[in-house]
Amino acid sequence: MKRIPLSALIGLFITSLFLLSAIFADFLAPYGVAEVVGDVWEPASDRFLLGTDSIGRDLLSRMIYGGQVTIFVALTATALSFSLGTSLALIAVVVGGWFDMALSRFIDLIMSIPTLIFALVVLSVVPANLVTLILVMGLLDVTRVYRLARAVAVDINVMDYVEAARLRGEQTVWIVFREILPNALSPLVAELGLRFIFMVLFLSTLSFLGLGIQPPAADWGGIVKENKEGLIYGISAALIPAIAIAALAISVNLVADWVLSKTTSLKGGRNG
Amino acid sequence: MSDISFKMNRRSFLGHAGAAGAAVAGSTLITGPAFSAGTPKKGGNFIMGLKGGESTNSLDPALSTSHVTYQAVRAYSETLLNVGQDGSSLEYRLAESFEPANGGQTWHFKIRKGVKFHNGQELTANDVLKTMERHSNDETKSGALGVMRGIESMSVDGDIFTVNLTTPNADLPHLLTDYHLGIQPNGGFDNPAEGVGTGPYRVVAEEPGVRYAFEKFDDYWDDSRGHYDKHEIIVINDDAARAAALQSGQVQCINIVPPKTAKLFSRAPNVKIETTSGKGHYIFVMHTDTAPFDNKDLRLALKYAVNRAELVQKVLSGYGEVGNDTPINSAYNLYDDSLPQREFDLEKAAEHYKKSGHDGSPIVLHVSDVAFAGALDAAQLFQQSAQAAGIPLELKREPADGYWSEVWNKKPFCASYWGGRAVQDLMWSVGYLSTADWNDTNFNNPEFDELLLEARAELDQAKRKEIYAKMARIVNEEGGIINPMFNQFIDGLAQNVTGWHSNPNGNLMNGFIASLTWFE
Amino acid sequence: MPRHLVKLVAQRIALGILLLFASSVLIFAGTQILPGDVAQSILGQSATPEALANLRKELGLNEPAISRYLSWLGGVLQGDLGTALSNGASITDSILKRLDNTLFLAFWAALFSVPLSIFLGLISVLYRNKWPDRLISAVSLSTISVPEFIIGYVILFVLAVQLQWLPSVSLITNDMGFFEKLGAILMPVIVLTFVVMAHMMRMTRAAILNVMESAYIETAELKGLSAFNVIFSHAFPNAISPIVNVVMLNLAYLVVGVVVVEVVFVYPGMGQYLVDHVSKRDIPVVQSAGLIFASVYITMNMLADIIAIVANPRLRHPK
Repeated sequence: MKRIPLSALIGLFITSLFLLSAIFADFLAPYGVAEVVGDVWEPASDRFLLGTDSIGRDLLSRMIYGGQVTIFVALTATALSFSLGTSLALIAVVVGGWFDMALSRFIDLIMSIPTLIFALVVLSVVPANLVTLILVMGLLDVTRVYRLARAVAVDINVMDYVEAARLRGEQTVWIVFREILPNALSPLVAELGLRFIFMVLFLSTLSFLGLGIQPPAADWGGIVKENKEGLIYGISAALIPAIAIAALAISVNLVADWVLSKTTSLKGGRNG
Repeated sequence: MSDISFKMNRRSFLGHAGAAGAAVAGSTLITGPAFSAGTPKKGGNFIMGLKGGESTNSLDPALSTSHVTYQAVRAYSETLLNVGQDGSSLEYRLAESFEPANGGQTWHFKIRKGVKFHNGQELTANDVLKTMERHSNDETKSGALGVMRGIESMSVDGDIFTVNLTTPNADLPHLLTDYHLGIQPNGGFDNPAEGVGTGPYRVVAEEPGVRYAFEKFDDYWDDSRGHYDKHEIIVINDDAARAAALQSGQVQCINIVPPKTAKLFSRAPNVKIETTSGKGHYIFVMHTDTAPFDNKDLRLALKYAVNRAELVQKVLSGYGEVGNDTPINSAYNLYDDSLPQREFDLEKAAEHYKKSGHDGSPIVLHVSDVAFAGALDAAQLFQQSAQAAGIPLELKREPADGYWSEVWNKKPFCASYWGGRAVQDLMWSVGYLSTADWNDTNFNNPEFDELLLEARAELDQAKRKEIYAKMARIVNEEGGIINPMFNQFIDGLAQNVTGWHSNPNGNLMNGFIASLTWFE
Repeated sequence: MPRHLVKLVAQRIALGILLLFASSVLIFAGTQILPGDVAQSILGQSATPEALANLRKELGLNEPAISRYLSWLGGVLQGDLGTALSNGASITDSILKRLDNTLFLAFWAALFSVPLSIFLGLISVLYRNKWPDRLISAVSLSTISVPEFIIGYVILFVLAVQLQWLPSVSLITNDMGFFEKLGAILMPVIVLTFVVMAHMMRMTRAAILNVMESAYIETAELKGLSAFNVIFSHAFPNAISPIVNVVMLNLAYLVVGVVVVEVVFVYPGMGQYLVDHVSKRDIPVVQSAGLIFASVYITMNMLADIIAIVANPRLRHPK
């Protein structure tokens, strides 16, 4: 086992810091998420370490609680879209033929519906709650993951070693998980890191459509929007959640990079 | 992905757009065309950056429901009368004079001669008649239809336009100041959206939701208005972008400066802000016929649980006044100030809540920032204070999209906005009469209805004021309206824009800023 | 091009057209499910019941959905999209103008961002895990994780308000010269570049790194080719399929997804046009705009698939 590089350590450290603060939000947050404790946009002080927000709530507390919901929803939705998108894509490639074609074109069809219309239709048909939210986010993203995974897998599927496995008479499932998936991991992991960020941002968009988080709870993107008016006048309340998202994004991707280098070295000898 | 949080709020607009002047009913307090101190300088291109325009907009005055078309219609067309800057006097525009007959049941308007439309035709009383018909006939979609009810017949004799009402209404001249009722050639029956009127500026370019360009109309009849050579409206729906456009000198005027940043914004060089106290109010409405809001104690509990001062301070940043659970404030004529202000009182709130016998299940307030700017903030503050009184208030954020058709008037408890109306009679009639279309509290109080009809026919001012005071008391006590605040209009101007004055009936000088200001 | 390849591409295009029809049906069905009707949405609070009934009748909303759909589709096939319910404007005219603007912005944003991203991706591979790689990653990840309106505001206030180098409003009109137009869209182009760069750059990096592990790259390296040569001539062509997919996805985003940037910079594009008409439930316009958006995705996906097939010799010659 190689030593973990410094960058990955930093990534792991920040990611776990965010995770821990999300898990222990109730102990860490100095005030309640909805509690109005001060004036509008107070600067940082001993009482309010990050200042207050647009109606006088403690920004730090909102960030901690916001992190909880942001990370949870984004993680679950990303996991959903990845597991579903990747498995569908790999199965489609390995099975091939009309199944591949039908599924791929169906995905194209879903993708072609403008997101706004899709979200509004969903909203009008099903009740808006956390489960719906995660399903909508995950399912909309399945289309993107599917297309990428299929593109990668198609190239691998025609490689000699996959052919060889077929000739050996291996099962489809075996080919998918033992031959194709390990060799497709690198682009998929990179995509995973980015999809996670998109989910974080998408969440706040959906919140404003009425599909997402209900006030007074908020996600980080939502906190950015709540405070955006002050941004151009030097009020930092909108910047802090934005910085948090960026820090999370970078650290998650640092970890992804590290995982990536592990997987590439894993499959090292196979192709030879 | 799309983001509609920037979306403008199409209904937010309604009232101040529709609002005309508060009036001394039946009085003949009439002034001539507006007169501003100082001699206006002519020339220049006056560019406004406005919030509230969509690519779905039309220049048809009847269909105008947005801030941008409100300004555009004001620039190219004119009404018979305007409300003066004091908010209650009347100014003659396309009507040269008017007189009531038959105890206020019949009204004669003398139409001005020598006024030309932008297409070269001369204005006739027939154009006026046709315009009024288009806004009141069976096929109309006009936003002014509410105003036009109660008209029995209309006729023209030479240059006299006559209106016969079903019942006397001393407020009729004020109703005709509604900007939807801009006079069009042949009443707009031929092509209502062509943008031809008698206004000081004629339309030269129209891109809905993007921009409108105007040029001074050379044959305009009134030299005291329309000082710019050119005039342009650019739709800038984003608040920060609008501020940037004014600060960088791309536009000379913006509407709807967000109150939270107004003070910070006014510190920028070359920029000034002007505020107007109006009749618009940011409210929460309960359906008084739907459980649990059919319980008077529960309604009172909620009314006592809202911290009005805090809302004015935090949501309006002080640019507004506290409301008193009626839609009427001192900007209205015949306003009665003896109604005691309802104070924030958690004890009383808790007491009424207990008395209501509510089962403690969540009371859901439906809200979206489309209802009014800062509605979500206001609702969250309300939720905090209500919970402090033990009232289980919960919020449900609704999509901005479809709010006015799917939430407002459908959900029993939601955020809403009213811009106010020209006169008390109209405000009460459109919003609180049990049979009113926009009775958004499902208010049904026979005594109130009777008083309203009595007031309309009452020509004695003092008595009328007394009746209105009684009505206000009923709504304050029984009604479904929680009115925490009246908002101010905040306009942003370049320093060299001169001649601005407030007009309580609407922002940007009741829509006349392009006609009445000039560059110094 | 070999015969079977032509056949493959032709098949794919035929399928694309079929998809477009399917998608128009879905969009139409979607607009039917949307709560609220056009009459109520157009008239807003000022809607009296009479006014509503009048508008509904006039708009033909009392006719069955299928006949409305078919008559609309018939119009589309003849190039006539009809008139907007909300303001009676010709949809073809207004959409063409908006589409023109959108494509203009998307074209220049793509011209900047795509080569830049791929170049930065190659640099990252070349300097893998060294400081240029880390710097590029950190910067692009930060810009992608900040909501786009924040980048927009920052650029707006620095370049337009403080320095006054560029107009704060990116409105382009017909009487502007070509370079004037370019200047006007410079700020949105910068923001969009920031927004789409990270995705394409990261995928370029990952896809090439994936291929770099393959045997033939080792062979190339053993042959003593320079690192750049190996990456550019050997690894890149074999990694093209995922890269092209991500590039196409981002190009589609540049056309259909830039509402926020349009709003901040007051740019009259398709995004705001669709949002406005969705909120007015102006079904014919939503349909037409939706169809254009759908065709963008369908075309881009099709292109990605075709390029992937053409680029991979093993796919070109299926066994």
